[in-house]
Amino acid sequence: MFFPISNTHINPIYLVVVGFLIGILGGFFGVGGSFIAGPALRLMGVDWNYAVGTDLAHIVGKSIVAARQHRTLGNVDLKLGFFMALGTIGGAEGGAQLIQALKRAGNVNTVVSYVAIIVYFSIATFMLWESRKTLKTDKRQSRSGAKGVQSKKDRSAFGPVTQRIQRVEIWPMITLPTSGIRISLWTILLVAFIGGLFSGFLGGGAGYIRMPSMVYVLGIPTHLAVGTDLFEIVISASYGTISHAIKGNVDILIALVMHTGAVVGAQIGVVATQYFAGPKIRLAFVPLPLIGAAIVIYTMISGHKL
Amino acid sequence: MKKGAAKNLRAFVMELVVYAVLVTSYFFLVLHLLGQWLFHLEVRHRYIYAAVAILLIAGQAVVLDTVTSLLFRFLRGRRR
Repeated sequence: MFFPISNTHINPIYLVVVGFLIGILGGFFGVGGSFIAGPALRLMGVDWNYAVGTDLAHIVGKSIVAARQHRTLGNVDLKLGFFMALGTIGGAEGGAQLIQALKRAGNVNTVVSYVAIIVYFSIATFMLWESRKTLKTDKRQSRSGAKGVQSKKDRSAFGPVTQRIQRVEIWPMITLPTSGIRISLWTILLVAFIGGLFSGFLGGGAGYIRMPSMVYVLGIPTHLAVGTDLFEIVISASYGTISHAIKGNVDILIALVMHTGAVVGAQIGVVATQYFAGPKIRLAFVPLPLIGAAIVIYTMISGHKL
Repeated sequence: MKKGAAKNLRAFVMELVVYAVLVTSYFFLVLHLLGQWLFHLEVRHRYIYAAVAILLIAGQAVVLDTVTSLLFRFLRGRRR
């Protein structure tokens, strides 16, 4: 099939299958999946700028489907999502500015690559440690006859630190009844800003930074973090899509075809979250940042930008 | 429980088949017709293209989500 906007020939079945796989990941983990979509489009000869912009457009569609499904399951905190979107957009602009400054200094690729590898490995290591520790504690407690863990009110080995963060009283304090927490607005904005900063700095939606930070820093239950992150992605990725489309970086026809597969994948991913407790979702999340790190390392060694 | 899962799986496979037929016709009809128009819009009117692009992807998301949910409900209901 010929796509005139990006001037490429791509088999639509390939796009549907890629969309389907990313849809599953998005629905289950609440991530955009740009670390797969970007390289997958590049592999078919789509220029890098079109790959980035088109991927964002596809993320909008997929996140709408997944967020709608999560909402029917009660997994979306709309109030938190709106505040997060504000911080993310601000952070994404900051990240883009940082990239421009590094471009002027002439060492953008090296700095971004090293930062990405350190961040991805740190997240994977931390989540592996935390989820395993929580699962072990849960197992011990269930053996000793303690009441089982509720699927949405999950525990975390990092819980005491999270509670200390929630107790920081900086006006205005926000109550989030859906998530069951009371926290300073500045903490929410800071977490979203840092997520957005990485999104602008490293590219993609940076869901593998935002979803864990919502769980560990804000103390949002994992299922709600996944759903709310998707809702927040709809807003921030829409902003990114419009911005990229104006710059001529979006082939909406490719995004529409990819999205037909993502619709089914996202629904499967959302339904699958109902069968896993929070710590298990977090443990399954660990390979995602590692894939991101592997792609960066491959790019550094081979010199090819995937 | 197992019976319910098997029923869901069967409905899902049927949904996939119906969905594949719908999507294939969608590729050939809608995208074929829209392709040239969107290409010209992208070249000549970037701001309008940006607005149309976001509306198209959001609209498609809502429509396909509704279609797949209805299909699933219909197919599951029919097998009861």
